[in-house]
Amino acid sequence: MRIGVVTFPGSLDDGDAARAVRLAGADAVRLWHGDPDLHNVDAVVLPGGFSYGDYLRCGAIARFAPAMESIIDAARGGLPVLGICNGFQILCEAHLLPGALTRNQHLHFRNRDQWLRVESADTAWTNTFQPGQEILIPVKNGEGCYVADQRTLDALEAEGRVVARYIRGNPNGSQRDIAAVTNEAGNVVGIMPHPEHAVEALTGPSLDGLGFFTSVLRALAGATAGASHAGGHQ
Amino acid sequence: MARVVVDVMLKPEILDPQGQAVANALPRLGVTDVSSVRIGRRIEIEFTGEPDLDRAREIADKLLANPVIEDFDISVVEDVKAEVA
Repeated sequence: MRIGVVTFPGSLDDGDAARAVRLAGADAVRLWHGDPDLHNVDAVVLPGGFSYGDYLRCGAIARFAPAMESIIDAARGGLPVLGICNGFQILCEAHLLPGALTRNQHLHFRNRDQWLRVESADTAWTNTFQPGQEILIPVKNGEGCYVADQRTLDALEAEGRVVARYIRGNPNGSQRDIAAVTNEAGNVVGIMPHPEHAVEALTGPSLDGLGFFTSVLRALAGATAGASHAGGHQ
Repeated sequence: MARVVVDVMLKPEILDPQGQAVANALPRLGVTDVSSVRIGRRIEIEFTGEPDLDRAREIADKLLANPVIEDFDISVVEDVKAEVA
């Protein structure tokens, strides 16, 4: 399986994301923001950092990068896409996910290991978790406060699209403690904390982050099996 | 030459922690009669030809403001030189 990791000017965690992809057992394919060709990847990770210096609004300019135009089209067609931190902000700016990420309510940058509760295992990026499972991965953001209007929040809850919530302390004031959400189809997930920083005992607080990357491999294997199965009946 | 000004503000229901921080600092300046501060962004656009308000609106809607959390107003400054003078 080929998992693309996009590098924008100002991306920081593209190297760690590619490493997490390899540790999960896939090939990491580095994608460049200025190149609209997705090089036949099976899924895409939008990494953390400060694309385009966070100018205007976080993710607002990255959304119009040539690579993003292709990714937006492909995501609407079912390509699994995981946006981490700045990647989550880009997905919201691209309207692939509802809501927006705003300045942390207390105005402080937060960098710490954070407990989350996985609320939905029905996405391409969380299917190896158990619903309700508690995981520990680093959070590090200045603009991670998730906001949306009440109707959108109610719809997300009702449709099971809140993917993870902060527990034992909300680091940024996110509404309803939301740390991760998904789109209607479950192929696009945005998460503010950093699973790619929790994939090795040497550097992370746990190995809990690896599950996001093994999940997409399972989703892709299932899709392939489903496709060949369907093909067999034709 | 004419200039189009786009004013972007957070929607009233969106918390503005920057504005709150500024408001909380005002008493240290001896200002005690301000009840609220909200911070927005002013963007000036100059067209090569005549100012195109529809175009400016499109730019504001697609890029300059995020309609999920922000509202914007568009206005034209007719004579830039007069404004500078």
